[in-house]
Amino acid sequence: MSGPQRIGDSNGNGIGRDIDRSRRLNFSFDGREMTGFAGDTIASALLANGVRLVGRSFKYHRPRGVFSAGGEEPNAIVDLRHALRHDPNARATIEPLLDAMTIHSTHAHGSAQRDTFSFLDRFASFIPAGFYYKTFMWPRFRLYEDMIRALAGIGRIDASSRAAQTQQQFLNVELCVIGGGPAGLTAALAGARSGKSVLLVDDQVQPGGSLRWRDARLDGLPGIEWAATRGTELSAAGVRIMSQTTAVGLYDHNAVVLVEKGLPPAQSANGERLWQVRARNIVLASGAIERPLLFENNDRPGVMLCDAVLRYLRSYSVRCGERVAVATSNDSAYEVAHELIAAGARCVIVDSRAHSDHALPARDAGIEVHQGDSIDSAIGRGQVEGARLASGTTVEADLIAVSGGWTPLIHLYCHARGKPRWDDAIAALVPGDSVAGLEVVGAANGGRSRPSMASAALGLLPGARTLDEAVEQGACAGGAAPSNPRAQSAVEPQPSDLSLLQSTDYWGGPPNLTAAGGKRRIWVDLQHDVTTKDIELAVRENFASVEHLKRYTTLGMATDQGKTSNVNGLAILAAQTGRGIDAVGVTTFRPPFVPVSMATIAGKALGELQAPVRRLVAENVHREEGAYFREYGDLLRPAWYGRTADAVTDECRIARSAAAVFDASSLGKIEVIGPQAAALLDFVFYTRMSTLAPGRLRYGLALAESGAIWDDGVVLRLAPDHFVVSCSSGHVAAMVAHLEEWRQDRFDLTKVFIHDASAHWATMAVSGPQSRGVIAALDLGIALDDVQLPHMAACAGTFVGRTARVARVSFTGERCYEISVPARLAADLWRKARAAGAEPIGVETLGVLRAEKGYIFVGQDTDSETMPHDIGMGASRDKRKDGYVGDRSLFTPFAKREGRKQLVGIAASGNQPIPVGAHPVTVTNGKRRSIGYVTSSCFSPALNRPIALGLVEDGRRRLGEKLDFEHLGMRYTGTIVGSCFLDIAGARLHA
Amino acid sequence: MQIFPCPFCGPRADREFRYGGDAGKQRPPRDCSDAEWARYRYQRANTKGVARELWLHADGCARWIEIERDTTTHEVIATRPLAP
Repeated sequence: MSGPQRIGDSNGNGIGRDIDRSRRLNFSFDGREMTGFAGDTIASALLANGVRLVGRSFKYHRPRGVFSAGGEEPNAIVDLRHALRHDPNARATIEPLLDAMTIHSTHAHGSAQRDTFSFLDRFASFIPAGFYYKTFMWPRFRLYEDMIRALAGIGRIDASSRAAQTQQQFLNVELCVIGGGPAGLTAALAGARSGKSVLLVDDQVQPGGSLRWRDARLDGLPGIEWAATRGTELSAAGVRIMSQTTAVGLYDHNAVVLVEKGLPPAQSANGERLWQVRARNIVLASGAIERPLLFENNDRPGVMLCDAVLRYLRSYSVRCGERVAVATSNDSAYEVAHELIAAGARCVIVDSRAHSDHALPARDAGIEVHQGDSIDSAIGRGQVEGARLASGTTVEADLIAVSGGWTPLIHLYCHARGKPRWDDAIAALVPGDSVAGLEVVGAANGGRSRPSMASAALGLLPGARTLDEAVEQGACAGGAAPSNPRAQSAVEPQPSDLSLLQSTDYWGGPPNLTAAGGKRRIWVDLQHDVTTKDIELAVRENFASVEHLKRYTTLGMATDQGKTSNVNGLAILAAQTGRGIDAVGVTTFRPPFVPVSMATIAGKALGELQAPVRRLVAENVHREEGAYFREYGDLLRPAWYGRTADAVTDECRIARSAAAVFDASSLGKIEVIGPQAAALLDFVFYTRMSTLAPGRLRYGLALAESGAIWDDGVVLRLAPDHFVVSCSSGHVAAMVAHLEEWRQDRFDLTKVFIHDASAHWATMAVSGPQSRGVIAALDLGIALDDVQLPHMAACAGTFVGRTARVARVSFTGERCYEISVPARLAADLWRKARAAGAEPIGVETLGVLRAEKGYIFVGQDTDSETMPHDIGMGASRDKRKDGYVGDRSLFTPFAKREGRKQLVGIAASGNQPIPVGAHPVTVTNGKRRSIGYVTSSCFSPALNRPIALGLVEDGRRRLGEKLDFEHLGMRYTGTIVGSCFLDIAGARLHA
Repeated sequence: MQIFPCPFCGPRADREFRYGGDAGKQRPPRDCSDAEWARYRYQRANTKGVARELWLHADGCARWIEIERDTTTHEVIATRPLAP
């Protein structure tokens, strides 16, 4: 028997509708060169080349062939390479064949033909569902885990793959129609004709859905022509049609996420782009897919869905077998048998029902019909060779086409929190309650009422109740008046000559479980190798709820998410636990509906764009100076200058002996303006600011409501109604939000305003004993004597004709001048300061200089519990009676308890700095206990020894105490000292 | 993914906003008991259903607004400015 092959259209049936025989494409599969036609999918091309074995199964490494013709495919997952694109998990059934594609089967060690792990199938009874909870336990699971993980998984990631690099796009529409079949096309057209902006999303290469391969007549036209006409009308009506696009998720407030495929390499390295669509209304016309039958060895290559067999024939001119057994529980399979006969195959129908109106016409056409019979087991190992029926008969076959009913695709309805219900009449899960803004139409909506009987004719579609009613539903949903859905159709309406049969006859009854049970191996979930025995095992072990069943057996958890296995699994669970399927329930469908590549989601947000840095205006000047940059938060700043090992030490020495310039432009400069500005600052800051005189600066703390220090900074008062708040560089946005929050909650919005001027000013800090000389050389037009400009005072000057603000404030402990100028003059100011003799210092140097002085970095030398009195700033707590953020928290038992961690200095005993994070340890009753930790630590050039700051319980009472410190198995010793190591009196500020 | 109608800016994506806790909380006076202060600091309504929440339109008008919304269905019932 020959198996699958391409056939010609000798009978003139109009098969091969999607392929162009004049355009031959070359590709390779597992190293073998093959050809196909433009319009083929990878699967249709493989079948046309007689390929029956496309991969190996997940657990047992059983041979597998193509199973379906759509996105629900569980077996034909291939490794695909084309141009810049690499997809290790491509579904061969939906990927269009392109010239020079390289395809490999996945999950086979060797090739699909010769898989060295195929022996695992013989040990199947040792590796049922959940085996890893019970076996491979001694001595520890960890020893086996890597090997098991290496054996599992489908496909291999190529680390050198190019990312998609395609920006997400956004779209707002009034109507989004998901699905381009008969119901969807009608809905879209109705929507457009009623004046709405419409988007039609369809995952196929051309819209039309099942009309493209099943017999149907609408408005007197063959289905495929009707679809083409509708498509033209849609474009003319301004409807945006996105083909090869899948709606993968529905989110709050009618947001839909789409994955568009088939983009040229120039637009996207992996051919994909993500879309976020907001629609006022959504019509879900996603159709229904076929489900398989249950019998022994139903996973063999050569077992395929009936609808797929028909599609391969009509769309791609591929006949999947020469001697076909069509096994079915419903009428939809008869059309498939007739088409196979017309294509030169020999056909046998095995219908599980006692009677069908289609049986007689089939026999008349030469098809043997076994009524009231079903397949018991598939015969053959590497491929199907025959079928053994329940009646005892054996049938020779190289293809078993199965149809166990239809499953509406209601996933997106469930994403929108719709609750599905089981409809016994059509044996399917259908939408239950309605969801606002979402309408489900067509086959996706299942059947609700029984249509009238009509004369028998072939060519039924998996429609709502009927195709007519699918179209009517679509029209209503799209916005046409219900009574006359086709009033605006360009084509003269004619009665359609579809046969209307009872919906159960078309949809099929509940899954037939007669073959299930006992020792037979019957597959339910092909992709995860879950059999009926696994479900029985789960029930035996009391994993009998549908949620437990899923997770214990992994049924429905593979990349196909159980599209062809869920309902069969539920039916078996129901039978095993003596319940109806509606009592069993269903697990929650969550996005994405199909697998989405992470590269597509990331789009352009990779590398630098994933975490963009903020830069100093004068960055180029710093680069010219040989700065070594680091990221501090999201700010790129010079850590030090030059590449010598002693750069920081040298910079520290210069800063304390001569003059140094530091780019402090990233500090916040938040202006608080208005008659209530002082009151706002008094509430937000722990340190009172309303008593600050104009022209003066004050260092203060801002607390969280927990009483913990939240930020620190220096406030400058320019005028009674005008303050400038500076805060930690990385904290500006948060400080602005914090000020705004209390401003909007407690103050008159017309009496105080916040203006974040941080980006408007560049600030250079010139510090050191010789700093005054540098400032003088800058010629800023200000008086430089310490009476007119004392420490913590500011004045206005000019720099190259623009306003400059000069403040005497220091983070180094030396005399220091912070000069603020308009941001674009940053480089000029820097260069002039350098020319005047100041040497450059970076952030790391500043870290050492301030540590020598015991100046804290909030968040480094304080933690989420550190309160002002822990760092020796308890005065405001004792003095202030008015309210401020965090006030009440400073008087709780927690705040007043003994043993709070306090900021101290630590003098290391050796000549190595004690690492940050090291714990001082005490011993009580033989038990060692951490009493704090080191927060900052460095070598001090000024003192020529290592110094550190830390938070230690009762630190101030421990002054002079020598303690052991531990860190990552190493031990150190240090003495608790005051946090200021240098110039406690602060004389150097005025030197 | 949600749309919040800002009273000042109109309907905007939720990513423009920052959550700020329950609306309607009164900051107790400084002389309140420890228990009252703890209640203010740590107790959350955690409503299943219609809740009143504070949100900051951080990437828009930077105004704090109160959003009345259903925490189970995500329906937005009303929005109003915090400060009139």
